[in-house]
Amino acid sequence: MSEHHDHHQDDTPHASFSGYMIGFLLSVFLTAIPFWLVMGGVFESKGTTAVIILAFAAVQVVVHMIYFLHMNFHSEGGWNMLSLLFTAVLLFITLFGSLWVMYNMNVLMMPGMM
Amino acid sequence: MSQSVAANTNLNFIARDHHAPNGTLFGFWLYLMSDCLIFAALFATYGVLSQSYAGGPTGAELFDLPLVALNTAFLLFSSITYGFAMLQMQQGKRQGTMIWLAITGLLGAAFLAVELYEFSHLLHVGAGPQRSAYWSAFFTLVGTHGLHVTIGLIWLVTLLVQLKKHGLIPENRRRLFCLSMFWHFLDVIWIGVFTFVYLMGSMA
Repeated sequence: MSEHHDHHQDDTPHASFSGYMIGFLLSVFLTAIPFWLVMGGVFESKGTTAVIILAFAAVQVVVHMIYFLHMNFHSEGGWNMLSLLFTAVLLFITLFGSLWVMYNMNVLMMPGMM
Repeated sequence: MSQSVAANTNLNFIARDHHAPNGTLFGFWLYLMSDCLIFAALFATYGVLSQSYAGGPTGAELFDLPLVALNTAFLLFSSITYGFAMLQMQQGKRQGTMIWLAITGLLGAAFLAVELYEFSHLLHVGAGPQRSAYWSAFFTLVGTHGLHVTIGLIWLVTLLVQLKKHGLIPENRRRLFCLSMFWHFLDVIWIGVFTFVYLMGSMA
């Protein structure tokens, strides 16, 4: 399949039509369902809907990483993945740390405003 | 890259002053990761201020979800058309690469147009960034993403000119690849925006 490759293309990951199409179709489903859940008011409970659409978003991020950004454990000898995981850890700490700390500050120190 | 081959030709590499393979691409990836942290901070800010309406309008009252769905579709389609441009590049077809790149640019411009329309509507009904902490955080987060798309568009047009003048030379292939990472990365951020800001905001 890669006979027509000349040498200077070897440093970029090889993309394929089927890979992009799989990623695209998965993304369409993973985008359409959360919009439908919210716009159609499918579930009574807002908490349930929120958990489900967050899960869909997380899966879609992984789909984009694999099929569009060609992420794997081999590229750059694993450094791509390592830096991504490091970023994900920082992202988690920043997001959930901020929300957790600030929520408790509000509850404990300004009970009248909640 | 085979390790043994690389080791055997190590001296040749130095003698020919060869770039480290993927040096630029890995560096650009690290830039994207640091950019991701900027967005992490903005998402955290938005999350913390997500109830701070100061008596003003809420997101749930003003968000137009069909419009957001349209915008999401524009960005998702632009991701796949950029993918097609990369496939054309792999086959060494300059014309095809440029056509798909131009289509990607048009979809990106459509996204920006819809976003600017939405922003002007929000400003018009008095939900500007100065109205409350919530709208400040909203405009900072969504605006920063929009700014990234704008810069991506400028980069894309620049690359079209480069391709027209020089064709698919190794430098342009590298640039196309960096922009593809940038463009797909913006789509990943948008997943967070439409889920966290628009969908969850509409339920609040």
